[in-house]
Amino acid sequence: MKDRNRNRTPKQYPRLTHPLVRGADGELHRATWEEALDAAARGFAATTDAHGPDAFGMFSCARSTNEMNYVAQKFARVVIGTNNVDSCNRTCHAPSVAGLSAVFGSGGGTSSYAEVEETDLIVMWGSNARFAHPIFFQHVLKGIRGGARMFAVDPRRTGTAEWADRWLGLDVGTDIPLAHAVAREIIHAGLANTAFVERATSGYEEYAAAVEPWTLAAAEQVTGVPAEAIRELAHAYATAERAQLCWTLGITEHHNATDNVRALINLALLTGHVGRHGSGLQPLRGQNNVQGGGDMGAIPNRLPGFQDILQPAVRERFETAWDAVIQPRYGLNLTEMLDGIERGTLKAVYCIGENPAQSEADNEHTVQRLRALDHLVVQDIFLTKTALLADVVLPASAAWCETEGTTTNSERRVQRVRKAVRPPGEARDDIDILCDLARRLGHDWKYGQAQEVWDELRAVSPDHAGMTYARLEEHQGIQWPCPSEDRLEPTYLHGRLWEADPERRGMRAAFGPVLHSPPVDLLDDDYPLRLTTGRRLDSYNTGVQSSGFASPLRRGENIELSPEDAAAYGVAHGEEVRVTSRRGSVTAPVWIDAGLRPGLAFMTLHFPDEVDTNQLTIEATCPIAGTAEYKAAAVRIDKLADRQAVPSWT
Amino acid sequence: MTSVPLGLPRRRVEFELDGETVHVLEGDTILDACTAAGKDIPTLCYGDTLTPKNACRVCVVEVEGARTLAPACSRRAEPGMKVRTGSERARHSRRLVLELLASSTDLSTTPHVAGWIEEYGAEPARFGPDAATVAGRGAKVDNDLYVREYGKCIMCYKCVDACGDQWQNTFAIAVAGRGFDTTIAVEHDGPLPDSACVYCGNCIEVCPTGALSFRSEYEMRAAGTWDEDAQTETTTICAYCGVGCNLTLHVQDNRIVKVGSPHDNPITRGNLCIKGRFGYQHVQNVQGTE
Repeated sequence: MKDRNRNRTPKQYPRLTHPLVRGADGELHRATWEEALDAAARGFAATTDAHGPDAFGMFSCARSTNEMNYVAQKFARVVIGTNNVDSCNRTCHAPSVAGLSAVFGSGGGTSSYAEVEETDLIVMWGSNARFAHPIFFQHVLKGIRGGARMFAVDPRRTGTAEWADRWLGLDVGTDIPLAHAVAREIIHAGLANTAFVERATSGYEEYAAAVEPWTLAAAEQVTGVPAEAIRELAHAYATAERAQLCWTLGITEHHNATDNVRALINLALLTGHVGRHGSGLQPLRGQNNVQGGGDMGAIPNRLPGFQDILQPAVRERFETAWDAVIQPRYGLNLTEMLDGIERGTLKAVYCIGENPAQSEADNEHTVQRLRALDHLVVQDIFLTKTALLADVVLPASAAWCETEGTTTNSERRVQRVRKAVRPPGEARDDIDILCDLARRLGHDWKYGQAQEVWDELRAVSPDHAGMTYARLEEHQGIQWPCPSEDRLEPTYLHGRLWEADPERRGMRAAFGPVLHSPPVDLLDDDYPLRLTTGRRLDSYNTGVQSSGFASPLRRGENIELSPEDAAAYGVAHGEEVRVTSRRGSVTAPVWIDAGLRPGLAFMTLHFPDEVDTNQLTIEATCPIAGTAEYKAAAVRIDKLADRQAVPSWT
Repeated sequence: MTSVPLGLPRRRVEFELDGETVHVLEGDTILDACTAAGKDIPTLCYGDTLTPKNACRVCVVEVEGARTLAPACSRRAEPGMKVRTGSERARHSRRLVLELLASSTDLSTTPHVAGWIEEYGAEPARFGPDAATVAGRGAKVDNDLYVREYGKCIMCYKCVDACGDQWQNTFAIAVAGRGFDTTIAVEHDGPLPDSACVYCGNCIEVCPTGALSFRSEYEMRAAGTWDEDAQTETTTICAYCGVGCNLTLHVQDNRIVKVGSPHDNPITRGNLCIKGRFGYQHVQNVQGTE
């Protein structure tokens, strides 16, 4: 029996080939570039004239180049005069950046992929890299084949866990109790690296007191992981010569995500597994330039080169370089900007290559907010759900193959992006569009080539100063920091923590005595199942890109259940069921996955046009980083009375 | 406590290559030395990202004092060794290997092989029209992403190694059958969509004969529109996750027709996942005519 409403091929998005402007009839109509740019600029000017620069918000693009992100944040700061600029890093790894920069003063992962092959122990925590970061996982596999042990910490027994020596299947949102129990065991077994702790860290006493209640037995109660497995992880991590601690969104998509990140960093500080070849912390990032977007200052609290806006000397340098005044305070992040729309303080948004109407948690709410804007300009390669809400739609080039520039990956490697094809129709380069808008708003910007932008960035960012395009070509990318054109720095960060001279050792790395806070969306009799979300191998985010190719692996959206729960609810593989949370309700076919434990359900966010999972997710956000708790919703499933079972592949 | 060895610095090895003294690092092969010296040794089963399999024997060279010819791709250079790459014995052996391969398989899409056949004077036709061959085997077209033409397969095992423990660790393909009927196959020789295949295409990347190819290449060849001289190759960064894989886009008439990755790249070493290898289509989905 076939369900006619469900199609195996997800919605495909054709490229945008000409600008669109919303007419008096309320519809989007084809327009010339002149008309569209005039309308876009007019709306921005009207908003800022009436409400000031902070009524403007820029959503920059984590899949565009560093050069475009640099120009976009400069547009917000110089042309408009606001620090309200952010990107979808907010929905994924902003907590990693916040946690790492709070401890080490730098927001990047501390190791390199190659070091995973030369380490003794790999911990994959809240990361299904086998599916989400497959080529990173090949480095992990090289490490395993070279003799390294691997522990997988994940509520699901994933494709990553299949390669682990041990899988620690914790309950969703109990990462801090597990990390604290590991720490307590390390301390009580006398395995802490006391020399490192004394010389290079601060706040140990408070931290030791915070983890003290988390005995192995207490942690087993809360996390569901056997005490003996926690003990084994603790001893393996503490006694390994070199160890890599890697995490993904299982750590960061929580309402207390920055605390989760701090809990993991604490373990590295306790054992000295940071700042050495083969020992370090690796957050695996989700978009090809989400690292670079932040590095370029397309975030509300940092200027290019990840330099703090609150430091007068930093601001002064940029004010001189840009001949502009920079507001001496942090701007709003993406989450706060969306709140600002609702409060009526943010009136205009320039959204480049982002799709918040589908990517934000509790997305119906987000759509309402975007509708409330006075002026929304969307610059994208597709007519996304967000673009359909816009006043002006500007067709852009696909950064990765239709423009020149650079991107920065998870190991801080800046690499060249090169133009291989011409964009379709009238689509134009992002930077050219930004410059045309800037000119209409009184700033005569001209960048002949991406390299001009890059050289301007190199002049203001010490971490990028030594990376000429020629050197990037020569070395197949260079990792930051790269302050000099004459040499390359070590592939790992924070080697300074091991210096004998306290002067050179620099700022101590602070332990974070964080506390456990369970998921906000509580389980009860009405919503007894814990729904978590993640990626599949062949699909990506809201599916706008990955729906474009015909993957033989694709099976559309499912509600994945454990065999035990499927039996308890009396639902069969392929049966369409209703999934309901406190915020919304969708229907999806059941997929039975033996890798799930009873009580745990799984969905992806890849097919929002067919099954809108983000109607279920909760907008509880991390107060420090603003990331929503996509990983933990409470749901129930109900049988559909009048429907027959349909195979989920139809 | 575990301890993964990091290895020691390598010594230099001096030996004689075609009468000239050369230096390589300990552990390097004769082929490495030949490449460094600018000598063109034919190879088929050798892969720069794989452990040598010694299957095809087309790279054999003569090592003075050795009873048999040595495959340059796997034989390590040793101090004092005297190697001749172009001796009559080595050339005769290569000629025979090329005759056997070219008479029993379809080498029409194997790069360089026509030149080697001419250079070594190989005559594949000399075994007559009845020579056993797999060239007539039909193409397996069972999914939208890539095609398997085992009539072009020389059984070099590179795809099996790339899919298996050397890179992908998916183990979707293996050697099946015995003797002349030996083939590369997924489990039960079924269609790819019923197998463990994850469509990373890392088998295509290493295939030396074009037996494995992009569906786009296969269809363009069938239509007579595949034109490598009209193609550009541009290396850029993948549009998906944050690992930062390098993609080499093969573009013909402003359309991406094939995707590879540089074998010497520190991130990918020639490998990609399904999204990087095949997920480019979204940029060229344009409604109507352009």
